[in-house]
Amino acid sequence: MHAYANPARFLRIARWLMPALLAGGIVFAGGALAWGLFYAPAERLQGETVRIIYLHVPSAWLGMLGWGGIAAASFAEIVWRHPLAGVAARAIAVPGAVFTAICLATGSLWGRPAWGTWWVWDGRLTSMLVLLLLYAGYIALAAAAAASGANRRVAAVFGLVGAVNIPIIHYSVIWWNTLHQPPSLSLSGSSMAPGFMWPLLGSTLGFTLLFGAVVLMRMRMLLAGAQADSRLRRKALSAGEAA
Amino acid sequence: MLKPKHQRMVLLAAALTALLAAVLIAAWALRHQASYFYVPSEIKAHPPEADRSVRLGGMVRRGSVHNEADGVTVDFIVSDGRADVPVRFAGIRPALFVEGSGVVAEGHMVQGRFEADNLLAKHDEKYVPREMAGMTAEQARQTVAQTK
Repeated sequence: MHAYANPARFLRIARWLMPALLAGGIVFAGGALAWGLFYAPAERLQGETVRIIYLHVPSAWLGMLGWGGIAAASFAEIVWRHPLAGVAARAIAVPGAVFTAICLATGSLWGRPAWGTWWVWDGRLTSMLVLLLLYAGYIALAAAAAASGANRRVAAVFGLVGAVNIPIIHYSVIWWNTLHQPPSLSLSGSSMAPGFMWPLLGSTLGFTLLFGAVVLMRMRMLLAGAQADSRLRRKALSAGEAA
Repeated sequence: MLKPKHQRMVLLAAALTALLAAVLIAAWALRHQASYFYVPSEIKAHPPEADRSVRLGGMVRRGSVHNEADGVTVDFIVSDGRADVPVRFAGIRPALFVEGSGVVAEGHMVQGRFEADNLLAKHDEKYVPREMAGMTAEQARQTVAQTK
């Protein structure tokens, strides 16, 4: 685990992994979106509006996966004091929040024609909105800790506590009566015709690769920022000694 | 004696397990309050007060949709398989409002009938291409198997 704690070693891997993820993501997400928008069938009742699913479901998945990543990194940060864990969690938070927002926006656009409403306060929609607010809280906490040099432990604990919302989002449509339908895809099978399922799996894979690429880019950016800061501090220190 | 990092892991795992258990228990306790609508058997078992606005959700019983002569009013039966509630609604219906599909009506009970002020369509988790509409599940499976 600590083999990757060395930032130089991490950066060596990130240097080739990031472009690979980016290229794979563009190919898969682009291809699946083109397939979904132009070649996949229209739905029996919903017609063409069903095509927004190829953006909506990957965004929802990444919003939840992102917080899963923040929670795992926070755990590693608290238990093993892993030096890259906090950087990873901060890097995940912004794209996670963006995909959560895309999920809410596309869901709202889809809800109007399909259900007859832009928004309802049912269990699924509300818990997803809570996830977006949790991301906003996490970003603010982590940024404050980074700016003031304060204890990052607060952000890590917040990342772990916020993770309880993830099973709530998933099970909201199973535990409670909601306007949102239960999941169509699960590990045990699909209640979705293959014509919809394959482009959906393709775009989910593609956006996940893009997400990984963005996270690696942001980790490099945060590490470079920290390095520049410490170099400036060293210079200021030596200039002070020379004077 | 445990190493500090093992101690942290055990403490954190215990805290998270307790937190998750608390949330699961809360979610279970809230299962009625957190629901977006009542199903017909719940409405029948505990009829809401006449002036209280509630949501009723269920399936539109096949063959029950009856359009009134005024062109905007529709009568239909919402069922959850155990109980039926007759519903009346006047207004624009969502495009996905069809017989045999899900619906959520907002309104109140008036003498055994649900007077809806608002109607939302609830679609299920099944996605079926337009070409396969009207086929039975078995026919659709065969079509899929042939076109693979």
